[in-house]
Amino acid sequence: MYDILIVGGGPAGLTAGLYNARARMNVALLEKMAPGGQVLTTDWVENYPGFPDGISGFELMDRMKGQPEKFGLEIRSEDVLRLEFRDDRKLVTTNRETYETRALILACGASWKKLGVEGESNLMGRGVSYCATCDGPFYRDQPVAVIGGGDTAVEESLFLTRFASRIYHVHRRDELRAVKLLQERAMAEEKIEFVWDSVPLRILGADGVEGIELRNVKTGETSRREVQGVFIFIGTLPNTELVQGLVDLDDAGFVLTDDQMETSVPGVFAAGDMRSKSFRQISTAVGEGAAAAHGAEKYVEDMQGV
Amino acid sequence: MADILQVTDETFENEIVNSDLPALVDFWAAWCGPCKMVGPVVEELAKEYEGKVKVAKMDVDQNRETPGRFGIRNIPTLIFFKGGEVANTIIGAQPKSAIEEEIKKLL
Repeated sequence: MYDILIVGGGPAGLTAGLYNARARMNVALLEKMAPGGQVLTTDWVENYPGFPDGISGFELMDRMKGQPEKFGLEIRSEDVLRLEFRDDRKLVTTNRETYETRALILACGASWKKLGVEGESNLMGRGVSYCATCDGPFYRDQPVAVIGGGDTAVEESLFLTRFASRIYHVHRRDELRAVKLLQERAMAEEKIEFVWDSVPLRILGADGVEGIELRNVKTGETSRREVQGVFIFIGTLPNTELVQGLVDLDDAGFVLTDDQMETSVPGVFAAGDMRSKSFRQISTAVGEGAAAAHGAEKYVEDMQGV
Repeated sequence: MADILQVTDETFENEIVNSDLPALVDFWAAWCGPCKMVGPVVEELAKEYEGKVKVAKMDVDQNRETPGRFGIRNIPTLIFFKGGEVANTIIGAQPKSAIEEEIKKLL
């Protein structure tokens, strides 16, 4: 029986693991891939404190993984398939076995949202991408479109200027949501052409992306752009398949917690991108991971009457 | 990490297409974060299925011809081969269990 099991190896889960390992809890972290999470798709991180010159997403996560490991955190490469909550213990079934734990910390993260337009699914892998840092170099000297108005969309557009010949940056409003500094950089970039007030209607092409059809939401006019790639960054969906029907979720499907990160089920905590909140950052995930670790420790101690 | 078979445009035909064993090739690049999530998993599977499935990696930065031949525009991409033919493809980072499931179908 574990004291605490952590599901997910991004910033929230690894931070929880760091705190729990240092508290000498009987703890393990389960991650279905190698640890790192979505940060691994970030080329360069400039808003995580302690790195005034920035740090690559990969190096940051490599360090975040090494730190709890140094204090003995056990990280298992297993895919959690099912959770079951009994009063004083939680059962966690993976592709390997079923574990029992007193407290559970969920840090399952979020996945990229799809546009849901014609051509998106069948051209995925043939021009449609959700990761500019992975696929950008395949678009050397080719025109591409980027969809979305947040930090991620603008960061990825800026990254793509290294490779693409032209970037049509499509956004449904007439201003960006992204932080001002990123807006300034994007506006100054000659390769980026903003297409305001516009939404994609469909992605064109048979064997590969050949273009995108857009509709101006103010005028209703449709237009086309010839592009070889379409990069989609329109927000995230929480990875909550495991907890459907088990813990309370908000209307958008994110996990509701109190300010100790405890969900509607005592002893079950949630931290990071899957949690209901307004701002999803590495720094907020790290803070919530620490709070969840502390809450879980207190829960286990109270159970044992310490 | 260095233990796993690395294939190139030159060796691909011989090592993978003409392989007696079914094969799995992980197309990756150093610049790609999610490749680093999948890479260690592929290496674990290479050990677990040693002698049953040939598991290899191809750096798409050093090798342009083979990724072009399979129309690869997203990485990581995993391609599963049986008898020299493509049996299945996984695009993007997927959990170990999903990759293992495809490997089992090759056996």
